[in-house]
Amino acid sequence: MQTLKILGLSLAIAGLAAGPALADIKIGLTLSTTGPAASLGIPQKNTVALLPTEIAGQKIQYIVLDDGGDPTKSVTNVRKLITEDNVDAVIGSSTTPASISIIDVVAENKVPMVALAATASLILPMDEKKAWVFKAPQNDILMATALADFMAAKGLKTIGFIGFSDAYGDGWYTEAQKAFTAKGLKIVANERYNRPDTSVTGQVLKVMQANPDAVLIAGAGTPAALPAKTLKERGYKGPIYQTHGAANSDFLRVGGKDVEGTIMPAGPVLVAAELPDGNPIKKIALDYVTRYEAMYGVGSVATFGAHALDADRLILAAVPAALETAKPGTAEFRKALRDAMEKTTNLIVSHGIMNMTPTDHNGFDDRARVMVTVENNHWKLLQ
Amino acid sequence: MDQSILLILTQDGVTNGAVYALLALALVLVFAVTRVILIPQGEFVSYGALTLAGLELGQPPVVAWLLVGLGVIAAVLDLAQAGRSLTARAMLRILGLYIVGPLVLLALGRWLAPMKLGLAAEVLITLVLVTPLGPLIYRIAYQPLAEAAVLVLLIASVGIHFALMGLGLIFFGAEGSRTTAFSDARMDMGILTITGQSLWVLATSLGFMVALYLFFEHTLWGKALRATAVNRLGARLVGISTALSGRMAFTVAAFIGALSGILIAPLTTIYYDSGFLIGLKGFVAAIIGGLGSYPAAVLAALLVGLIEAFSSFWASAYKEVIVFTVIIPVLLWRSLAAVAVDDEE
Repeated sequence: MQTLKILGLSLAIAGLAAGPALADIKIGLTLSTTGPAASLGIPQKNTVALLPTEIAGQKIQYIVLDDGGDPTKSVTNVRKLITEDNVDAVIGSSTTPASISIIDVVAENKVPMVALAATASLILPMDEKKAWVFKAPQNDILMATALADFMAAKGLKTIGFIGFSDAYGDGWYTEAQKAFTAKGLKIVANERYNRPDTSVTGQVLKVMQANPDAVLIAGAGTPAALPAKTLKERGYKGPIYQTHGAANSDFLRVGGKDVEGTIMPAGPVLVAAELPDGNPIKKIALDYVTRYEAMYGVGSVATFGAHALDADRLILAAVPAALETAKPGTAEFRKALRDAMEKTTNLIVSHGIMNMTPTDHNGFDDRARVMVTVENNHWKLLQ
Repeated sequence: MDQSILLILTQDGVTNGAVYALLALALVLVFAVTRVILIPQGEFVSYGALTLAGLELGQPPVVAWLLVGLGVIAAVLDLAQAGRSLTARAMLRILGLYIVGPLVLLALGRWLAPMKLGLAAEVLITLVLVTPLGPLIYRIAYQPLAEAAVLVLLIASVGIHFALMGLGLIFFGAEGSRTTAFSDARMDMGILTITGQSLWVLATSLGFMVALYLFFEHTLWGKALRATAVNRLGARLVGISTALSGRMAFTVAAFIGALSGILIAPLTTIYYDSGFLIGLKGFVAAIIGGLGSYPAAVLAALLVGLIEAFSSFWASAYKEVIVFTVIIPVLLWRSLAAVAVDDEE
């Protein structure tokens, strides 16, 4: 008993001694590593192990929590990160619903946050609350205009749309509608399916009945391969386009020969090795891919994970400026961090080059997208 | 909508409906024998499909580790239950069944998987590995609760469903898999193309239903299961072990689940969590059939498959809504038509 008491006491003292070290910079992450968005959350969580652990002489501590893509859970996680861990910045969440719900919490506690979900409504229209929110993935409209330009150049006129029946599919439909109309393209069929659906025959037949010049599939990861496979099975001959949500190696594994020739817009990190040497993004993107694959195996890298890297780079780039104002762990530091993040200029990340303004908290331009195709079951740069 | 679309959708609906029918049969069987609403039924589907997909790539089946783990728990439970009355023979039986058995399967799986023995052998290995999950889960989770209320059993089912789904994410990863088709044959019948795979699905489902019928009508075990379903107390009075019946019902259910997974895996991509939705559609069919009648459940499953196929054509965004809404008028009609009884006997 006596030894136990001594042990407990010494532990408590050790804990106190470790106290000052807790003034390191703390970044809290809420990621969807389980649940329906696990294929996004898992590579993001894996990326945390590759992030730098020191900046400007300060240690960085990362705290990762899982929200399973559930908006209620992500709110609980962020409250915990802020009140119990006193984090300086929040990264997350992986999905749009789980990210939207935490905006109120970070704004209320004045903690800067970088979302890993794609929807532009996270940062637009800009207001007092969203001033605390930044977004690492490209806006859908950026990708949609790239698609529209490409399709118009190919002389296509009518497009059939098959998308997820959730925020991803709806968001893409709205953005594609805008971008396509501007280029004189017409969406002639709009069909939806669910991620775990076992058959999309009905949707595919409906789309084929409208006889579009090309079909755009808006799905994420392996589920995006199902409509493509069914289209081929039913003898559709036109080109099939995908969105950047399908950009991982599992899509190629499941799609096999049926996704050969698929065209999609994607972040440059997907084809890092093929980027021209003069491209400033190449070094960082290739470095990420190499380190990720060294740790988790060849072909394991996904563009979704790179968003976590970019979010972290955005925060860390602002740290030196914020350190001049205050110490990490204080409200002043968090405010200074946010202000410095908003002034980010020409920050090279794996998905592009960021230039933040008070109205644009995404900061990407055309350099954040490339057109890729599938050739011999590998991604290939088109432009 | 022209005739060809009508035929294609019907074919699609019947193929999916056949799989739902198998699952509905399993649900009705398990409910009749043990009063358990088997929500984890869908997990057997995804475990079956993904284990087969792994074997196709030559990966050692991870699900065998789950068997070993569950076996250890079951052995401990059995030993504790036996307590002082434990005989050497009983102990050997427990150890052989729950410890040695799973370990043999694990070794077998790890030895055979890298050889890529071909589809038939891989299907067999998958069935052998996934089926024992049924009785093991029954022994660990449901047997201690056998006399509890239906609601308690339902809550246990929800818990097991979440546990198995989480383990599925660890075992198989977040991304889905698809297996190669049993046959690439395609038959052009006028405007309709029938794929070999959908014929396989129909033939296997029909064959299995006939086999189940023969099992229940003509074997002692089948009759014991039916007796337990009719009256648990009566069955015990004539010397039928209800625990044994429960284990058998779960074995059949796990086998059906794995088989459905194997049948559906070449048609679509299966994820660690897709089983739930597939199982739920089987459940809708079982409910429409009143959770008591096998032929009614099968017909209802075909109906669910057809409704699903046609609603995916007409209103794809509302497909699931339409499928699951079907259950409401049926429940209404049943609750109005049924004589009021206390549901806890």
